[in-house]
Amino acid sequence: MSATMGMAQHTAVDEARVHQILATIADPEIPVISIVDLGIVRSVVCDASGVEVGLTSTYSGCPATDVIRSTVLETLQAHGVKARVRMILNPPWTTDWISATGRAKLAEYGIVPPRLLAGAHANATDANDEPVACPRCQSAETELTSEFGATPCKALYRCRSCLEPFERFKCL
Amino acid sequence: MSAALQSTDAGAPTLRQAQFDYLLRLGDTSLVLAQRLGEWVGHAPALEEDLGLANVALDLIGQARLLLSYAGELEGCGRNEDALAYLRDVPEFRNHALVEQPNGDFGFSIVRQFLIDGLQRELYASLAQSTDERLAGIAAKALKETQYHWRFSSRWLVRLGDGTVESHERVQRALAELWPYTSEFFAEDPIDRVLAQARIAPSLATLETHWRALIEPVIAEATLSIPRERGKLTAGKRGMHGEALGYLLAELQFLQRAYPGAQW
Repeated sequence: MSATMGMAQHTAVDEARVHQILATIADPEIPVISIVDLGIVRSVVCDASGVEVGLTSTYSGCPATDVIRSTVLETLQAHGVKARVRMILNPPWTTDWISATGRAKLAEYGIVPPRLLAGAHANATDANDEPVACPRCQSAETELTSEFGATPCKALYRCRSCLEPFERFKCL
Repeated sequence: MSAALQSTDAGAPTLRQAQFDYLLRLGDTSLVLAQRLGEWVGHAPALEEDLGLANVALDLIGQARLLLSYAGELEGCGRNEDALAYLRDVPEFRNHALVEQPNGDFGFSIVRQFLIDGLQRELYASLAQSTDERLAGIAAKALKETQYHWRFSSRWLVRLGDGTVESHERVQRALAELWPYTSEFFAEDPIDRVLAQARIAPSLATLETHWRALIEPVIAEATLSIPRERGKLTAGKRGMHGEALGYLLAELQFLQRAYPGAQW
């Protein structure tokens, strides 16, 4: 019995360690946020066959997905952890999975974080019609320029008060 | 060169054949449309629209990869997404003929996009409930992306249709020209029937009702009118294409044809 418990504890420690390592991997497109804070690390399983990391993609065509996948494997390898990656499709990624830390980091970086949808995912796009405060001057006088920006996950806005353009992580 | 699973006109397809063919229909429609949208890069009327069209194309490529990978696995002949995208010729493509139509002007591309976005929105909403769990997963993800595509194209349709005399005339002409290509969306064949029976895909009659309910109010808001006649019935989804697809594939497939097996 003690052997079983010992093994369970050993496994738990390993998973926590893998999580810690993964939390140091930055998103290649928005490097202020880690892949863990972005909510694309869905699972970490350590068992007799090794370590398996479950990843999902933000958008199905996101070009960063392959880079993230190989960075995960290389980083774990550098820490002496031999792992494999499993891509998980369902349930689809939502911006609600971005952690509170991740949201704070986005805001600090000047990207307006997405609003929490709290289950109302069918109306994710409608959330972009709501007013957004300018991240520079906090003015509410802003307008949407385009729902498509430099990466699939961001929309472009413009502030009518300070006249600066800014980005928002769009709700999905 | 013809695939083991690709159905022929002789006899009803097996469920597996029908699934394979259906995945090609979905995947090829996204792939071919993405290639067309990619032609806009550097040429759209404004930078924001350039980015918009490119982003829609990127989502479509992602969706095509998921769909074609699944198709290749179902077929079981060792063809992956790349083999299916780069090494099939025109008659093996199963995309709707609408999406292979050349871009024309920006208004023409917007009308084409509007008609297909409306279809994909209703189709993916329905496929998200498919009894095929893997397809349901792909559809649930694609649906979220498609909602952004739909907002882009439907808003542009209203802006151009209810815009200047010139823009109105151009998109009205585009709608008249492209409308007949929508007939095949709902022209049920043995593949559609087999999948509807297995509750893998929706009945096309229901899909058409939903599609019309979605697009008609937007067309009205854009002060445009739907042509009274459906006109010709295309059959891109059964492999019958116009010459435009050949040129499109020549560009899409050039690298793999000239340098077989080349990798990044």
